[in-house]
Amino acid sequence: MADVNRGNRPLSPFMLGRYYRFQITSVTSILTRITGAGLLVGAVLVVWWLIAAATGPEAYAIADAVITSWFGRLVMLGSIWALWYHALAGVRHLIWDMGYMLDLAQAELLGWAVIAGSVILTLLTVLIL
Amino acid sequence: MAFVTDRKRAAGLGAAKTGTMHHWRMMMSSVALVVLVPLFVLTFGRAVGMTHEAALAYYARPFPAIVAALTILVGFDHFRHGIQTAIEDYSGGITRKALIIVMTCLSYGAAAVGLFAIARIAF
Repeated sequence: MADVNRGNRPLSPFMLGRYYRFQITSVTSILTRITGAGLLVGAVLVVWWLIAAATGPEAYAIADAVITSWFGRLVMLGSIWALWYHALAGVRHLIWDMGYMLDLAQAELLGWAVIAGSVILTLLTVLIL
Repeated sequence: MAFVTDRKRAAGLGAAKTGTMHHWRMMMSSVALVVLVPLFVLTFGRAVGMTHEAALAYYARPFPAIVAALTILVGFDHFRHGIQTAIEDYSGGITRKALIIVMTCLSYGAAAVGLFAIARIAF
C-alpha cells in the first residue's frame, strides 16, 4: 500500500542479528520457551526408564545404560539445567502476573537472577546426585 | 457467506473466551511444579543407575512413587498447554491443528505410560 515510512519504524523482535539489539529480558523470555519445549526429550527419557523398570531386567538394563552413558548424562545434565531455568523463569512470570517487579531495572535484574540461579541450582544438583 | 472475508466474520465476536482459563491452568500447574520438580529430581536422580531390584524396591515406596506420578501428571498437562501456546504463536491453519493434536496425544500418551509403569512397580 501507500507506505511512505519504510525506514523509520520500530523493528520486530524476530529481526534477530544486527538489526535487533538483544536485551536480557527478551533473551531470557525466548529461552523459557526453548527450554520448555526441549524438556520433552528429558521427560520422554524418564518415562522410558520407568516403563523399562516395570517391564523387566533386560529392558531396564538397556534404558539405564542409555541414560547413564556419557551421551545420556549430557542429555540429563542439559535437561536438569533446562528444568531449573524453566522453573525459575516460571516463578518470574508468577511474580510479574502478581504485578510486582515490572519496571525495567527490576525486570532486567530478574533476568540475570534466572540465569545465575539456573546455573547454581544445576551445579548443586550435580553435587548432590 | 463465501463473499465475506475472514476478518468480517470475526468482527464483533470478541475473544474465544477460553484464554483466561488457559492462563489460570498454567499458573496453577506451574505453582504445583515448583514444589514437585525439586522433589522429583532428588528422588529420580537417586534411582537412576541402581540395579533393577533396587530400582523396583525404591519405586515401590510411596513417597518416590507418588512424587513421580504427580510430576508426570501435572508436568505433561503443563507441557500440553504450554506447547499449544507456542504452536499457536508460530503456525496456522491445518498445520496448527495437526501439531496441537499430535502434541496433545504425545502428552497424554507419555503420561499414561509413566503412570502405568509406576502403578505396575507399586502393586
